[in-house]
Amino acid sequence: MSGRIAFILRRFLQAIPILLAIIIINFLLLKLAPGDAADVLAGEAGSATPEYMAELRAKFGLDKPVPVQLAQYVGRVLMLDFGYSFRHDMPVAQLVIDRLGPTLILMVTTILLAVGFGILLGLLAATGLNTWRDNVISILALVSYATPLFWVGLMLIVVFSINLGWFPTSGMETIAAFHTGWARVLDIAHHLVLPAITLSLFYLALYTRLMRASMLEQAGMDYVITARAKGLSERRITFRHVLRNALLPVVTMAGVQVSSLIGGSVIVETVFGWPGLGQLAFESLFARDLNLLMGIFFLSAVLVLIVNLIVDILYTLLDPRIELK
Amino acid sequence: MTDLTEQLPEGEAPNLRARALGFWRLFARNRPAVLGLAILIGVIVLAAIAPIIYPDNPFSLAGRPMSPPFGEWIFGTDTLGRDVMAGIAHGARTSLMIGLVATVVAVVFGTLMGALAGYYGGWIDDLLMRITEVFQTIPSFVFAILLVAIMSPSIQSIIIAIAVVSWPALARLVRGEFLSMKNREFVQASVVMGVPDWKIILIQILPNCLSPVIVAGSLLVATAILIESGLSFLGLGDPNVMSWGFQVGAGRTVLRRAWWICTFPGVAILLTVLAINLVGEGLNDALNPRLRERKG
Amino acid sequence: MTAPLVDIRNLHVALPDGADRPYAVEDLSMTLNAGEIVCVVGESGSGKSLTARAMMGLLPEPRVRASAGQIIFGGRDLLQLPKHERRLLCGEQLSMIFQEPMTALNPLMTVGRQIEEVLIVHTSLSAAERMERVLALLAEVHLPDPPRIAASYPHQLSGGQRQRAMIAMALIMDPKVLVADEPTTALDVTTQAQILKLIRELQHLHGTGVMFITHDFGVVAEVADRILVMQHGKVVETGTADQILNRPEAPYTRALIRAIPSLTPRSRTPIEGVPILKVEDLDKTYRQSGLLAKGREVHAAKDVSFTLKRGETIGIVGESGSGKSTVARMIVRLLQPDGGRIDLHGIDLAPLSKRQLKPHRRRVQMVFQDPYASLNPRRKIGEIICEGPVANGVPKSKAMARARELLGLVGLKPEVAERFPHEFSGGQRQRIGLARALAMDPEVLVADEPVSALDVSVQAQVLELLAEIRDRLGLSVVFITHDLRVAAQVCDTIVVMSKGEVVEHGTLAEVFADPKHAYTRELLASIPGKDWQIPELAEAGAV
Repeated sequence: MSGRIAFILRRFLQAIPILLAIIIINFLLLKLAPGDAADVLAGEAGSATPEYMAELRAKFGLDKPVPVQLAQYVGRVLMLDFGYSFRHDMPVAQLVIDRLGPTLILMVTTILLAVGFGILLGLLAATGLNTWRDNVISILALVSYATPLFWVGLMLIVVFSINLGWFPTSGMETIAAFHTGWARVLDIAHHLVLPAITLSLFYLALYTRLMRASMLEQAGMDYVITARAKGLSERRITFRHVLRNALLPVVTMAGVQVSSLIGGSVIVETVFGWPGLGQLAFESLFARDLNLLMGIFFLSAVLVLIVNLIVDILYTLLDPRIELK
Repeated sequence: MTDLTEQLPEGEAPNLRARALGFWRLFARNRPAVLGLAILIGVIVLAAIAPIIYPDNPFSLAGRPMSPPFGEWIFGTDTLGRDVMAGIAHGARTSLMIGLVATVVAVVFGTLMGALAGYYGGWIDDLLMRITEVFQTIPSFVFAILLVAIMSPSIQSIIIAIAVVSWPALARLVRGEFLSMKNREFVQASVVMGVPDWKIILIQILPNCLSPVIVAGSLLVATAILIESGLSFLGLGDPNVMSWGFQVGAGRTVLRRAWWICTFPGVAILLTVLAINLVGEGLNDALNPRLRERKG
Repeated sequence: MTAPLVDIRNLHVALPDGADRPYAVEDLSMTLNAGEIVCVVGESGSGKSLTARAMMGLLPEPRVRASAGQIIFGGRDLLQLPKHERRLLCGEQLSMIFQEPMTALNPLMTVGRQIEEVLIVHTSLSAAERMERVLALLAEVHLPDPPRIAASYPHQLSGGQRQRAMIAMALIMDPKVLVADEPTTALDVTTQAQILKLIRELQHLHGTGVMFITHDFGVVAEVADRILVMQHGKVVETGTADQILNRPEAPYTRALIRAIPSLTPRSRTPIEGVPILKVEDLDKTYRQSGLLAKGREVHAAKDVSFTLKRGETIGIVGESGSGKSTVARMIVRLLQPDGGRIDLHGIDLAPLSKRQLKPHRRRVQMVFQDPYASLNPRRKIGEIICEGPVANGVPKSKAMARARELLGLVGLKPEVAERFPHEFSGGQRQRIGLARALAMDPEVLVADEPVSALDVSVQAQVLELLAEIRDRLGLSVVFITHDLRVAAQVCDTIVVMSKGEVVEHGTLAEVFADPKHAYTRELLASIPGKDWQIPELAEAGAV
């Protein structure tokens, strides 16, 4: 028990240097970018005298040596101050927090869909090894695994929105309708269907393949032979013994894949006009709103760390050997 | 007795040609992999002959905008009247080139880092593991977007961005292989005999971990092509070079009226990535006999 | 005479097409009576394990299957039984224990739960009754604190405890037949002795018929009532324990028994050479660094000292975790000692840096344990042997000529220099490994369990070769082994290690005749088959 808590605590502490490293990368990218905050601000203002620029730089601390700037930057980020978005005329932190909700809705739905159905399909494929069931699932997984997200999104829009008219093409809710309560939830769910399917398809394929391979690997283990020697039925062996062992790599992979899921959500949110962080990132990309982009980048990394911590906790519940690692 | 009297196999050690033939037999046992190879060869041929069959700049206007497919232009024209098929042919060059170069850069750098970390351990290893942890945390596609945006979109910046987000996974793989190989007795024998480190790394260990690197590398090409198409779909492609992602992105706004502009370049991406994945699995089966046993 | 418990008639186990032989087991007939232990003995590839699997219906079908014959149990042919009925016999009437209890148990389920599962499938007992039975069985296999063991996961138990738990699992339904597939091979010798005793005890108590698969004639001598010897899938000889062990008929059995190293120390004139290697107070501690938890320390070696004279063979014996391999690895400087001296001809190797060490590397060489891991699969034999000399400045052509010469010395044809390792058997590979070490012209040879991965007949040849080359070249040898029989045949002096420390040190004859330390006595008492006087067999009709 104490081993488990120590493990989780250790993982938590390990996240801190990673967070620091990400802040430093953030800072370096900002430095690398052509033009500094003063240039941007001056550009916004339209004209600027060299004196005004110098004044601005002094105000932002840009005249100080780089290590001092770094320290100041780290300090600011830790206070959740990511600067100001002149394009939106709002503090970056405020903007980003506002857009977090829709992204979380999309991500959580996607993870649940992908992991849940991935495990189920992988299980179905592995238990019917080399039957038509296995072949169909494997081929579908293979194709989904190779399909670019944006294209799936567009094709789904063509079929289900444009031709069949079942789902809306974009947005998170019908703005003009002013739904409240359950009606609003249903409305959002209706809008969520296509983006969630699009984003989950690739990961669904990934988890299906992983689960299938993992089941097959575990089925060849010695403890399965022991279970047969005990007289257990194949059904019991599959569900009581193999399944749980096979889940371990899938859970690990689910944690690893969260970071790529956020990348995918940039594309999916852009395609479906889903008002989350990804769409915000796309907009700020073309507005050259670097402060905002960095804020999103940092927040998404924090999100990954949090999800990984949750996955670690889940893992300790599944694997009693964790204290050894 | 049994051991000594045991006959040594007669005949020469298998030559290169026989080994290549044996490898092909193993590879060809995986039927989908052969199909994948066929598709991949098709794409490569298309890329090779693109300047011959479509000598004009793929950005040049071919005819009436948004002509439907299977008419004068096999896959129709886009919003500005550019031939979609010409774009696909030239896009094949871009995709394959970026996928290949980015992968080579990532593989070389990742292998170097992984080998050093795995062989020497200590602080090099600690540093590498911390770096890969950071890279696993950073959403790699978002990072790639940032890098390209900051360096401004071009073939070079896209290749650098893809390589930067791809090498840590490879370094981790190679490190793992080196860690297990380092304790193999044949490596220890070399250490005891005073063989220099670089020779042990290059001659004893590296050839024995090439199989997983080749397989991972081949799958990396597929991933790189997907990243590239995503970047150019978002408008971060090299503005002077035709690419599949750009074509899909450009057709997005007229999805309702001209479905084909998005559809066919997307199919091209799908087929290419699928083909490379299939070939990668075939390589895995042929290079990794243990897994093959399990399948049978 | 009553009908036997199990009657196997003309069993054939077919291998898939393309295997090196059509049948893994060919025309095997045997019987097993209640209350007796029948040992099935054979070297690797003899088909003994597949015979056990066939009996339990655990063959990896459809690739490997029982293609002909009968296994009569309780008046019915098990091979003809519907799958469902056969499955229900397993665990209830027939049960099995395995070689590796760590992998044979599900890592994610408590031991108690895994044992209880047998009761869930085969009985309609209530949960409380089941728990009671489980605890009773755990007590019967002499596990301390049964409730704690039942609540433990496999990784929390020691190897011996895991095997006891496996035995409890196998015996909980009081089966008529127990199949034991090398149940003590993965265990240390003292634990092995305890488990063998336990199996005998329980088998006697319940009148179980035991089919005991093993490669070790020592173990056979400990437990067998009757013996069946297998080679290449066929039964070579069968008879009572006394017949086979003391008056074997078949040439193969005779060759096998002749190859077993005798426990009587081989008399050798005492070595009067000058000391060549002095190991003093060698230390090595492994620290597990933890961020929060206090780092655990393991003393892999503590104050290890001994002296090796020219021409002498010193044996370092001990069980796993005793630190014997750590000491070997420190002597060849694969591991950096934390403290102490490794004095070779007056030069202390212990503190030397990699660069300083280089000129001295040549003088201490190593022969490794695993014949399959010790040769690089991608290099030709000649290249493997030349590598060391070439790295030390010998011209390639000269090194190659010497390599051919050495191959001849270790009993292989010089032409094999052009071949790759996968073309050779385990014993041949160990010869190549020896040639590689000799290519450096060493003065001291450190041999780390050089024969423990080999079959007994091959083992004898490699040991013989090692002794011959040692005498011819005047080598001094540090011989690491867990097998006291092997030690008795090759060593002049013995160092007994336990938990990183030397507990006893003396000449072979002294230590064997009059062990001073309690651990040494336990070790000697645990040698399987120690009371069996291996018969002197003439080498008539060699295999």
